Formats: sequence, structure tokens, C-alpha cells
Amino acid sequence: MSRLLIKGGRVVDPAQRLDAVRDVLIEDGQVVSVGAKLSVRGAQVIDAGGLVVCPGFIDLHVHLREPGREDKETIATGTRAAAAGGFTAVCAMPNTAPVNDNSGITRFILDQARSEGVVRVHPIGAITRGSRGEELAEYGDLKESGCVAVSDDGRPVASARVMRRALEYAQAFDLPVVDHCEEPTLAERAAMNEGPVATLLGLRGAPAAAESIMVERDVQLAELTGGRLHVAHLSTAAGADAVRRGKARGVRVTAEATPHHLLLTDQAVKDSGYDASTKMNPPLRCEADRRAVVEALRDGTIDAIATDHAPHTVDDKKVEYEEAAFGVVGLETAVSLCLDRLVGPGLVPLPRLVALLSTGPARVFGLPGGTLAPRSPADVTLLALDRPRKVDPARFQSKGRNTPFAGWTLKGAAVMTIVGGSVVWKDDK
Amino acid sequence: MSGYPHRHLLGIESLEPSEIVAVLDTAEGLREILDRPLKKVPALRGKTVVNLFYEPSTRTRASFEVAEKVLSADSLSIAAAASSVQKGETLLDTAKNLEAMNPDMIVLRHSAAGAAHFLARHCRASIVNAGDGAHEHPTQALLDALTLRQRKGRLKGLRVAIVGDLLHSRVARSNVWLLSKMGAEVVLCAPPTLVPPGIDALAPVTHRIDEAVEGADAVMMLRIQRERMTGAFYPSDREYHVRFGLTEARVKRAKKDVLILHPGPMNRGVEIASEVADGPYSVILDQVTNGVAVRMAVLLLLLGGGGGGES
Repeated sequence: MSRLLIKGGRVVDPAQRLDAVRDVLIEDGQVVSVGAKLSVRGAQVIDAGGLVVCPGFIDLHVHLREPGREDKETIATGTRAAAAGGFTAVCAMPNTAPVNDNSGITRFILDQARSEGVVRVHPIGAITRGSRGEELAEYGDLKESGCVAVSDDGRPVASARVMRRALEYAQAFDLPVVDHCEEPTLAERAAMNEGPVATLLGLRGAPAAAESIMVERDVQLAELTGGRLHVAHLSTAAGADAVRRGKARGVRVTAEATPHHLLLTDQAVKDSGYDASTKMNPPLRCEADRRAVVEALRDGTIDAIATDHAPHTVDDKKVEYEEAAFGVVGLETAVSLCLDRLVGPGLVPLPRLVALLSTGPARVFGLPGGTLAPRSPADVTLLALDRPRKVDPARFQSKGRNTPFAGWTLKGAAVMTIVGGSVVWKDDK
Repeated sequence: MSGYPHRHLLGIESLEPSEIVAVLDTAEGLREILDRPLKKVPALRGKTVVNLFYEPSTRTRASFEVAEKVLSADSLSIAAAASSVQKGETLLDTAKNLEAMNPDMIVLRHSAAGAAHFLARHCRASIVNAGDGAHEHPTQALLDALTLRQRKGRLKGLRVAIVGDLLHSRVARSNVWLLSKMGAEVVLCAPPTLVPPGIDALAPVTHRIDEAVEGADAVMMLRIQRERMTGAFYPSDREYHVRFGLTEARVKRAKKDVLILHPGPMNRGVEIASEVADGPYSVILDQVTNGVAVRMAVLLLLLGGGGGGES
């Protein structure tokens, strides 16, 4: 029997409403008990004095790129990046090549994760075959082979009829439907947010309404069908408001937000001089939208912080802005960014942040973990709130270097990641 | 040469008024060379300039070429259609390869906004933006300013209407920056579908051309850029001309000595009536001549050639 004792840390477990100095005992990959001054013979001891001990962080929105684009990322490198960033589980978006729209691909991803992966990988299946937005994928097979949700991420489900059917049919398998909310005709050929900054830069913009129109539509379709809707990477005030109103009237809707939408605005595109590391979809929005998303995070409208980790090769980014690929990496910067910019200034209390990274995402997709209650999987993230961390893309575990945060100095970092009772990553300072 | 302390010319937005004046004054001094029987000075002898044009251009490209020749720079022009771009080479690779030949300057015309900034970040040569998407076209704004200053003796206090496809226009953006920095009173006019959001922070916007033209010292007409349009922004050329085009009747609302400018190429009968384009108040061909002078000034200021000009 393998025993691990995490001793003397500040245990923050929102699911148990716990925030106190405790010891955590792990046996055979499960949490056995959380208590004061536990003493166990024969246990390996981790001294967590001065550290924060949290349920393992879960990222609902990651692009691992395998199969198909192993030049951008693999399951091996992506899960290493996750571990280095404090994540014990990642949900893998299905826009691989081929698309994860069948059990064969799902099994391949899980096999790779078992042999090469460092953290847990939960595949997300496609909403429609080939993510073409036409015929539904086989949700029964996807669920049975291990998918935890369905999404055509990167491509909005343009047809309201198809979205309705997806929200209906997915209920047979209790799968949440994750939509990249964007009205395609309003966002056509857009390289950034529409507004004064895009006007000055001469770049084509997508208005905030392109997102919020789709969020409204989807919330109403979830209401109509009773299906579970999850709104990916919420970036606008109006989108957040649509989710808030939906929740208030009992619609089964959840939402996530990314660190970059919480911390940056479209001004970053200008300040960077058209640097494509500021290009992603949804785009960085205006300050009023950014503030509204932070507010939605504070008031519970947003259930989870997710990274939308989207690694690209240098070649995909080192081109004219409008030609550059959409997306930024996020796994290795998210926790430090949130500690420094959300918890540091008091915008979000630490227990709330931990909930947004663990309990919240676990609930959204119904995943194991998200708490350190007895019999939970022994997935644990340890934080050092004072640890300085400089964002240095050259040191990323991810193959992707495309971050708008390069050079930022942040206070607070994930310093140890434990998956199933094994230490999978430890900060070497 | 002093007065313009930059290595590149990427846009008007980042220029100080004194730097704009430095370019205009230099151009004014150089313009005389174009009237000499022997139109050649040795100012940039031994300097190499590459004109890299990814978009079709008649005026701008010819204008840069003439300016380079007059100043004795060695220059070559590359049109994207005839280059490796057709074989899938990236902008950066093309530029790096050209740079391996050690040019002192690259003049870039590109359909992507920010393309000149991109090259400036990755290349050693001086970069001159000859138009990048809907972002900026700084030498056009400078030549327009030179034209206005010659005819009116000043820029400060002039009432200038900029009318037409503001959404897709780099000329409009550069001109709004330049004219506002120099103290002119700018009014913008376009149908609502062709007004980029937030542009009213730089200058007032009206959808009525009669209002825009009223009392104007100058009217700058913008071309309808069909090639950049996705879908229809207005119902028909006929309606556009009737509601938003510059006709002789409308010109009468402006000051008596109004100047009419157009960066070309014109869509006659759409944004501008032929009688107006060819009318006595039209300075469209002056703009072209001044274009050469302004580009000579930019070359000289950026490449720091000594002598030759009489500025």
C-alpha cells in the first residue's frame, strides 16, 4: 500500500467549505482523510508548510492537437505543460485531424494519454460529423468510449436546428453540449474585436454581438430542450448577461472564461504592434467587456476558468496579422496570472479561484475530482502564493510559444502537481 | 538630416507635427528638381531601394520609382504576381531573401494591415509603408497635405471634408491623423455601412454629404473599394452617386476656392462626377506630381543622404 502525507499546508477545498491548515492523507491513489496533525507510519511525507493545498485543477478547454497536428502539440507535451501549470486533468477538444467524432479516435486519444500522458485526459467528442455542422455524431459511442462532452469548438454550430437536435439528443447520454458561440456571418474574416482599436489598426473586426447573439440563441434552445449547454470562452458583457439571465430562470447553462479575456483588451493588439500572439478567437474585447467578464466570474455566472490552450508553430504565427492562426497557449501561465491579477488585488478570493479551477469545472462536465473529500481521486495542486514567476516561453513544456504574456512577472505559482497520488511535476524554482 | 528622427515610415499616427512639417518642407525644396531639364541629383547614389508590391498599384509604385531614380538610388520593383509569392513563399521569407542582398530600404505595399510593422520588426532595412490594408498610407496623406499647403498656404484652420468609403480606406485614416495633428478641421462623411466604428473619436461623422461639403476649403473623395468588400454595403452605384457622390451642385456648397482631391483610381460616376473630377477646382493631377516630391523627401530623410536636395 502506497501512502502519501501532505503535511502542514493550508488546505482550500471549496466543496467541503474548508480553508484551514490540515494534513492530507493519500492511499493508493485516493484521498483517505483530511485532518489536523495526522501522523501515519510508513507514509512518504510532503512538507506543505507555507503552501496552499488544493483539489487538482481541471482545464475544460485544451487543444492537444494529437492526432494530426503533432508539430503543434502532442498528448505527451500538452499534458506535461498541464502538469507544469498545476493542472491534473485536461479536457481535449475534438478539432484534431481527423476530428474526434467517433469512438476510434476517442480510444486513440485515451490510449496515447495512458502511455504518454502525465495528467488525466478527458476527450470531448464532436457535436457533428467532421464538425461540419450538419449531421450529429454518434454520441452513444462517444460517451461509451470515454467522451465527457461534445463540441464543435472553433466552429460555431451555425444552424439553430442542428444545435437544437444536439441539445435534445445529448440528453440521452447526459452529455453537456459546448458551443463556441459566434454568429459566423458577423465574424466573417475578422482578425480581432470590432471597435475603435480595430478601426485605427485597419483590421477587420467581429462585434461583441457576434458572440452574444449566439449565446442568447443557445440559452433559449437549452431552455426549449432541457439540454445541458456549456458556453465556451465567454468574452462579452452581453454574452455574460445572457448566461446570467438563463441561470436565473433555471436553464441548464454553464460558462467558462479564459485568463486572457479576463486580463487583456484589444488594446494589446495595438500595443504589441500587430503581434499575432494577441490573436485568438473569440478576440480580446474592449475594457467594458473585460470588466463584465470579471464581474461574471465574481458573481457566479461563470463556473470555471479554462485556458483554451491553443498551441501553434512559429510559422503559423510569424506572418501578417490577418493571416496568422487564432489561439494562444495557456496551461503554463493560467494559475500564476489568476493568482497575481485576480487574487492579488482582491478581485477574487483565493477559495473562489480554487473553486473556478477545480470544483467548478468538475461539476460542469461531471468529472471525478474537484474536491479532496475522502474517496476522491488523489489529484492535488500545491500553490506557493509568494513565488515569483516570470513568463518565459522558451521554458514552456508545451510546443507552443504563442503567449501574449511573455516577459510578465507574476507573483504566485503552482509548485507541485499530484495525479492519482503520484507527484507528476515539481517546481525546481 | 534632422527633423525626422525615425528609421521607418509606418504611419502618420506616430508622427509629431514637427516631423510632418519636416517632410513637407523637404518635399517643397525637392519639387523644383522635377522641373529641371536634367531631373537627376546624386543624393542617394549607392543606396539600394526595393519596391515590394503585393497589391496592384499604378500611381504609388510609379511615383516611388521616379523619386528613386531622380535621387540616383538603385532600385528594383517586385510585383507579387511575378515573384515567389506565387510559389507559396511567406512575406517574411521573401523579405529576408531580399534583405540578404542588403537593400537600404524596402517600400512595401500589402493588403494586410500591419504588414509594414511586421517587416520593420523582422528586417534591418528601413521600411516605408506604401499602403497596408485598411490601416495607413502615410505618403498619400503627406502628398495631400503638400498639395493643400501649396494652394492654401497653410493647413491649420482649413475645413476639410473626407467623403466616401471610410471603412476600407487607409488614405482616410492617414489623412485624419495628419490633418488633425496639423490643426485642420476635419469632417468625415459616408453611408453608415461604410463608417468604421469609433472613427468619430478622431473627427465628427455625418451621413449627409451636403453637410460635409458646406463651407469646405477642400474635399477629399475616397474610392469605393469594391475589391475589399464582403457583401453589399449599399444598394447600387446609382443610389450611391445620387446620395453620396460629389456632383457639381454639391461642390457649390463649398467655399468658392474649394479644392477637390482624390487619391485615385477614380470610379467616375460613382463617388465623383466626371465634371467635378475634371473641373477647375480639381487638383488631382497636382497630387500626382507632389507624390513624387513627397516620396523623394521620405527617401532622403530616411536614408540620410547628404546634399542634392535644396531643402
